[in-house]
Amino acid sequence: MIGSLADGVQQLLAGLGGADLVEITLLSLGVSGLATAISLLIGLPLGTWLALSRFRSRGLVLSVVNTGMALPPVVVGLFVAFLLWRSGPLGDLGLIYSPSAMVIAEVIIATPVILGLTVAALGQLDPRLRLQLMGLGASRWQTVWWLWRETRLPLLAALMAGFGSVISEVGAAMMVGGNILHQTRVLTTAIVVEVGRGEFEKAVGLGIVLLALAFAVNGVLTWAQQRGPGRQDASR
Amino acid sequence: MTDLVEIRGPAGQSPLAGPRELADPAALVELRDAVVVRGARPVLTIDRLAIADGATLALVGPNGAGKSTLLLALASLIRLGRGALSFRGMPVGRGTELAYRRHIGLVLPDPLLLDTTVFANVAAGLRFRGVPSASVRPRVTEWLGRLGVAHLHDRPARQISSGEAQRVSLARALVLEPDLLLLDEPFASVDAATRARLLDDLEGLLRETHVACVIVTHDLDEAVRLGDRMAVMVAGRIRQVDTPERVLAAPVDEDVATFVGAETRLPGRVVSSEEGVAVVDVGGSQVEAVSALPPGRAVLCCLRPEDVTLWSVDPGAVPTKVVSSARNQLTGRVSRMVAQGSLVRVSIDCGATLVATITRASAADMGLAEGATVLATFKASAVHLIPLAG
Repeated sequence: MIGSLADGVQQLLAGLGGADLVEITLLSLGVSGLATAISLLIGLPLGTWLALSRFRSRGLVLSVVNTGMALPPVVVGLFVAFLLWRSGPLGDLGLIYSPSAMVIAEVIIATPVILGLTVAALGQLDPRLRLQLMGLGASRWQTVWWLWRETRLPLLAALMAGFGSVISEVGAAMMVGGNILHQTRVLTTAIVVEVGRGEFEKAVGLGIVLLALAFAVNGVLTWAQQRGPGRQDASR
Repeated sequence: MTDLVEIRGPAGQSPLAGPRELADPAALVELRDAVVVRGARPVLTIDRLAIADGATLALVGPNGAGKSTLLLALASLIRLGRGALSFRGMPVGRGTELAYRRHIGLVLPDPLLLDTTVFANVAAGLRFRGVPSASVRPRVTEWLGRLGVAHLHDRPARQISSGEAQRVSLARALVLEPDLLLLDEPFASVDAATRARLLDDLEGLLRETHVACVIVTHDLDEAVRLGDRMAVMVAGRIRQVDTPERVLAAPVDEDVATFVGAETRLPGRVVSSEEGVAVVDVGGSQVEAVSALPPGRAVLCCLRPEDVTLWSVDPGAVPTKVVSSARNQLTGRVSRMVAQGSLVRVSIDCGATLVATITRASAADMGLAEGATVLATFKASAVHLIPLAG
């Protein structure tokens, strides 16, 4: 087994060429990273608003968000492909089979995850904490900032879950990206191709790189989470 | 039924006569015609509540009376269904809420400290206000010191005891040097000994700083010690507001009487009234009370248990009057005795039920037991009459 793994890595480096591997890895990281960042920019404010406000159809909205967390990537891919298809409603943008199309699909996958987990994280806070902060003279933004700070651990977990949902995703990337070498081939789609060709060693090698990448990114986030910004600022 | 409420400071300006149409510029904070609705039910109805600079109002009442809701309304942290809050005569509303909240300090029943150091917790309100760092540090250090928790300065707030946390929570509000301090059961989460010490410290701080304060408590002793005035809330309304002594001695209705501990409440009717002393017929017994109510009036005779003196009577002997200045002397049998700390609460059946508290020592001296015959005496001035309808 160890031998076959070592073979796989060797095969990978020889077969794909170091340059191609780096390119595929960087594209995976770039597309998923950008999609996660955009999802965070949408999901965190929207999730905060949902967690802190009370309106009539809030329960319905939360159900939709929670369903969205379990959205099958293949369905998202189908939907985005339909929209961006050359003859589709947004076909004129010419985005189908481009990294942008992959980012769009991944944003749709990751946003409900980050949104739903943000609502859950803030929902666990004592509701009176918000009143206490406001009662100490915090503005709306100062209140939100401190609520985020109080929930920084679950919020980072939300970010990790969002990134995890897209870095590991293959169906949508395949459908809207097209797995074109040098353009839209990422680690997951490359693995599918290699397995299809019967090149298991290469596929295993790519799988190891994907795992390493996921481990590295989550490792950095976990380190940030556990370091706990608040515990270090005794001198403030 | 007094919903028109004046809370005046120790400076003792003359109370304003009657309600006014405009916000009272002399009041620090005023709540007028306020209604808070939850669901379809009004949970708070305040016709008028004004708090003067430097005064302490103790807000008491049974659970669910709306005390905390009133406090949040005073902090402008709850939406009023109707009515208005004003600060120094200026309306508090959209656009001015934040500026108003930066004049107050709020302490809730749980310390609700932020997950950071004790120092950063106490500094939080100052930072919200944009106070420069150079003056944040000395102010925070000073107030941590005044509350006796200076040594906790750099400790994570999650690692201190609940008593310490409550002190930090008080420091966090007091460091702001607010115009109005709003305290909601600030000692709810600490043990009795810590509570007594915190109460001493708070009493001293309120006297030193002359900060206006509204303190919600269910503890009458706390209210009597801290309050220049005491407001009794029942079912979302302020029923009575007066000096604590007056509220205890002369509750305005049965709910207030019950809450402030007038355990003996006997319905009766005034049969005669002479020279400020009314004689009330209570189920066949005659009770004298200092009151100007006219004969024929239905009343409730309220009596605090500590105002009743008990005398032992030989069983079988013809009850005689004892030599006492007390004008009311009733004979009855002890129906129940309940120990309460160093006191014993004695229920006496003398036609109606009378409740007295005596020390354990005197209960032992008298050889008091359930079923014993006793003479209960109390002064006419100890009896407070509440006029009833009909």
